[in-house]
Amino acid sequence: MKDKSVSNWIRIALVICGISLVAVQYVPMWSISLDAPQYPEGLELLIFANKIGGDVDIINGLNHYIGMKTLHTQDFFEFTILPYIIWFFTVAFIIVGIFKSRKLLFTLFGLFVSFGIIAMYDFWRWEYNYGHNLDPNAAIIVPGMAYQPPLIGFKQLLNFGAYSIPDIGGWIFVGVGAITLYCVVHEVLKHKKTNK
Amino acid sequence: MKKFNLFLIAISILTTVGLFSCKPKNAGNAVDGDAASKVYVAPGKYDEFYNFVSGGFSGQMSVYGLPSGRLFRVIPVFSVDPEKGYGYSEETKPMLNTSHGFVPWDDLHHVQMSKTNGDYDGKWAFGNANNTPRIARIDLKTFRTAEIIELPNSGGNHSSPFITENTEYVVAGTRFSVPTDDANGDVPISSYKENFKGTLSFISVGKEDGKLNLAFQIVCPGVNFDLSRAGKGKSHGWFFFSCYNTEQASTLQEVNASQRDKDFILALNWKKAEEYLKAGKGRKQSVKYAHNTYSDATHSATSEILTEVTVLDSKELKDICYFIPCPKSPHGCDVDPSGEYIVGSGKLAALIPVFSFDKIQSAISSKSFDGEFEGIPVIKYESALYGEVKKPGLGPLHTEFDDKGNAYTSFFVSSEVVKWNIKDLKVVDRVPTYYSVGHLCVSHGDTKNPKSKYLVAYNKITKDRYLPTGPELSQSAQLYDISGDKMQLILDFPTIGEPHYAQIISAELVKNISQKIYKIDENNHPYVSKGEKETKVTREGNKVHIYMTAIRSHLTPDNIEGVKIGDEVYFHVTNLEQDWDVPHGFAIKGASNAELLIMPGETSTLKWIPTKVGIYPMYCTDFCSALHQEMSGYVRVSPSGSNVPLSGVTGNTAPVPATK
Repeated sequence: MKDKSVSNWIRIALVICGISLVAVQYVPMWSISLDAPQYPEGLELLIFANKIGGDVDIINGLNHYIGMKTLHTQDFFEFTILPYIIWFFTVAFIIVGIFKSRKLLFTLFGLFVSFGIIAMYDFWRWEYNYGHNLDPNAAIIVPGMAYQPPLIGFKQLLNFGAYSIPDIGGWIFVGVGAITLYCVVHEVLKHKKTNK
Repeated sequence: MKKFNLFLIAISILTTVGLFSCKPKNAGNAVDGDAASKVYVAPGKYDEFYNFVSGGFSGQMSVYGLPSGRLFRVIPVFSVDPEKGYGYSEETKPMLNTSHGFVPWDDLHHVQMSKTNGDYDGKWAFGNANNTPRIARIDLKTFRTAEIIELPNSGGNHSSPFITENTEYVVAGTRFSVPTDDANGDVPISSYKENFKGTLSFISVGKEDGKLNLAFQIVCPGVNFDLSRAGKGKSHGWFFFSCYNTEQASTLQEVNASQRDKDFILALNWKKAEEYLKAGKGRKQSVKYAHNTYSDATHSATSEILTEVTVLDSKELKDICYFIPCPKSPHGCDVDPSGEYIVGSGKLAALIPVFSFDKIQSAISSKSFDGEFEGIPVIKYESALYGEVKKPGLGPLHTEFDDKGNAYTSFFVSSEVVKWNIKDLKVVDRVPTYYSVGHLCVSHGDTKNPKSKYLVAYNKITKDRYLPTGPELSQSAQLYDISGDKMQLILDFPTIGEPHYAQIISAELVKNISQKIYKIDENNHPYVSKGEKETKVTREGNKVHIYMTAIRSHLTPDNIEGVKIGDEVYFHVTNLEQDWDVPHGFAIKGASNAELLIMPGETSTLKWIPTKVGIYPMYCTDFCSALHQEMSGYVRVSPSGSNVPLSGVTGNTAPVPATK
């Protein structure tokens, strides 16, 4: 008889993943660190599930020189739906863990990866818009210069060095994705074996 | 004959050469090779200590780092400071109010840090105004003067602001005795003996908020109270004051106050005074004195005139005050870390008497007195004396201590610092100062827990220590390393004003509480604009109020019209920045006062009375950003009776409406 249920350790792993996603609601997901000669202590922009945090006011104050729009949590509809999406995945991981269906596991993995890709695209889109749609009357206009921060990694923007990396929440996401991927691969290999 | 002449010439040449070769070594030779490494604080590194230094006749308090000797800040206290708008802005003018009206200058002699359990706690610094008697409290979170209290019945507030070991009281003894404020002061100066009194003020300090309150005064015979120190440990509850002019001279004191072989140290039991006060033995006296408080919430000072003080009489209340004879016009009066030894320094003496607290106590209980002076018992010199340091130098002035049982005394006349052992009273080491040291201080050197690290000598004469700057020279401080057996001169550094006392406090106690900004949400200034939308211009009769904001890099409003000759214009400028180290300044052409220097989140007000019709530029004076030069605007001043409507705008936005 063909066994379509997943191993118990995978079920435990999925439940743990679900629970750990709860933390993502409360910790920053992404951080953009800015360094300049006059800011040896550094400035930090933190992206949470439901808001922008860190030195937003100071960064807005500085960005007005280059004509960048000021950042406000209420300008991003994403912050109103992100917490629900994360709750959805929390519940989904636990449910998949309880129902040991392999099919559900594959679906969940597909959804999670798609969410990740869409989220990163969305993030990039915002970065692009903020970095390129500049006030033509800005005090500082450097021909050809855009101020799009890097999606991930380091980029020099005038006197500021911008360093963009996942924060705790982001790393939890990456971890959950990696564990799920491992589970999926394991199940696929097991399936092949039993089919032989 | 010729031969004889040649012989004479030869002798005179030899003598001259001989004289020169005998000349003592130049001062510059006194520095050892490793001094540079001991005082070098690399760029970007912090000093180990803060050095709070009195500004003397500058009226301010300066803050240096040690061991580097770098000047960090001059805190305006008793003198106006146009650079910071202190005493010029509407908010700070009340700080300098007194019963004599606005007093723009004073002479700050002594600095004391607040103490808990006999050691510095890093909360406040206190300073005294010597000329128009006052005490100031400086908040170490903001390095701003938070409070100033005037002292009635006083003249020349010199023996202050010395404090008790838990900052229960700051004391202030009058240097110049005067008739009390409620007496008729219109008396012949020659009636000193009969009419002049010396008062000692006890100002209580609020434990949490530091609030100053003139708790009581003790009226003493008319002499000159010079310096003082509180008891510590076993002698906590007592205060010791040096006094001179026990001759009670009012003229040519140089001679007339130096007649007696011994003047006094006054031992004062303030715990006992508290008891008498509680028992209602004080007399309410009608006086007038100002009490000025600066609020961090409104960024404004308020001044109130108080009208009553409770006075205790040292003559009537027998067991508060005792005189101890002390040779030759004592100046310094210092208590060692254990609280047992009291060091008196006679300015003209060739020895240092050290008194014992225990012996003073048994002399009092066994009534080992040598009569009375003006109704106050005089303890027999030998009954109070622990011993004398013999031939320490000439002209001892001030003494501080280390944690190894040594005392360090400054000698003005012989221009040196002498280290001596408290127990055996033997001189251990001496180093020259350049030149004529007045005060000295040791790191935590007047506390129960001194740190044997650094000593700074504050010299009265500078002469050739620095590149010359005409007849007027900076004052010279000298830093000594006292961690070893031998004191070692490691640095000269110039100071502002004329330092008297100073204190050296561990940087750890202060640097972490230092405030970075004022939070705009907590700004309760009555004329604050918490955003550009709140800016406006209003008129009340001939008073024009401009609610203005400053943020990199513009003022709002920056085009103001409708001001007329005869108007009083008030610029209430709020710095909207909430980032560390982004102050904005504000200045306008023709202002007869000064600039404003406004910290992030703060509101300050400049009063301006234009006298001529025309266009007046205004601008930010503190280089705040790359576009600082653009941070400016104009005010249009029209003739009185003009119909130009009052308005204020910035940029393309609609004019800010004038409201009534």
